[in-house]
Amino acid sequence: MIEIKLLPIVGSFAENKDLARDIRIKKIIPALETEQEVALNFKGIDSATQSFIHALISDLIRSYGTEVLDKIYFKNCSETVRKIINIVVDYMQEMD
Amino acid sequence: MKIYLPNSAFLGNIDPFLRHFDSSRPNQLEITANKKWISIHPVVLSMVAALGLTVKPANIHCEKLEAASKHYLERMGLFRLLNIKSEIEITEHEPAGRFIPLTKITNSKELTKFITDMIPLLHLKPEQASPIKYIISELVRNVLEHAHARHGAIVSAQYYKKSNTIRIGIADTGVGIKETINQSHSAPTDLEAIRLALTPGITGTTRRLGGTEQNAGAGLFFIKSIAKVNRDFFLIYSGSAVYKLLKSKPGKIKLYADPFKDRHSVGEDFPFWKGTAVGIDISLDETKEFSLLLDLIRDIYIKTIKERRKEKYKRPRFI
Repeated sequence: MIEIKLLPIVGSFAENKDLARDIRIKKIIPALETEQEVALNFKGIDSATQSFIHALISDLIRSYGTEVLDKIYFKNCSETVRKIINIVVDYMQEMD
Repeated sequence: MKIYLPNSAFLGNIDPFLRHFDSSRPNQLEITANKKWISIHPVVLSMVAALGLTVKPANIHCEKLEAASKHYLERMGLFRLLNIKSEIEITEHEPAGRFIPLTKITNSKELTKFITDMIPLLHLKPEQASPIKYIISELVRNVLEHAHARHGAIVSAQYYKKSNTIRIGIADTGVGIKETINQSHSAPTDLEAIRLALTPGITGTTRRLGGTEQNAGAGLFFIKSIAKVNRDFFLIYSGSAVYKLLKSKPGKIKLYADPFKDRHSVGEDFPFWKGTAVGIDISLDETKEFSLLLDLIRDIYIKTIKERRKEKYKRPRFI
């Protein structure tokens, strides 16, 4: 399993969608393509926007199917971050 | 163009200010003001600044301001941003705890820096800061991604002690909501475009349910919801249309996907604003725990998507 620490990349308020896309394309997808599990570590991140989380994970769910959620772990999430991840995951599954 | 700064223009009474805006002769800007007092919402300032940036400084004429409160315009950085002389002399106050002066944001990096610097300026507690950071991030990113505005987003904010409220204004002179929404949907009027833009799951970037990898079509819906849950005003002005979310009456708050079901006012005959202006008030007394607000948003957001999917679900027709 690879772990991606988000705080040094996006800061304590995760809102930059460009960075979210970069993390998805440059770190998460290559890991998934080599059959590795991914832990997204949100330690130190107080809050995030729905747009950031959408840019981070929605295309993974669309491309790999909901099974991708068995390979991704969301670690050390604040209550707010956890709820926003749930909103995005629910939303994408309703779209399936 | 002519713009008049009245003695009072806040979201509750902003309509006369908007109606007085004269968009003719776009190469010139004439700014006039009430002689006695100028007390205006940051969205008014952001709009004036956004307009001014489309005109050469030499073509901006600002009448000699007489109002006792004229220093406010100087402190908020209006003349500095427009690169014109104000002839107003003030002792600069430390801005901490009071306001965020007019700031032009043209890229993602500037936005991130702005959000980082903004919270200490407003002296907010973390639970108060969350919705404000959220609102500014989503609104400015909308401008950066969709507006094609040469001068980016013009942002300002002010804390009002008496009402314990943060008021935020963001304006751009880009393509406007109608053009953006019509890239993927059919919105014959500016008001219909605003309505679609406020509806969860609708983005100008695609017709596809679920949006694109970068856009879910939820940003403005979340912001309107934050205002509604906190019983605050929210205004959006684009083209010739204005949508205003009015303060909710006491009682249980219910969120709606359709902004026209909320307590609101609209107008479709306002002077044409080329771009978009958004104003929002966040009452700090009423600020709900952000995570509780997310529970409410989640329920209606998912319900709406289910309903929309159902609408699109095709059944075989047997004849």
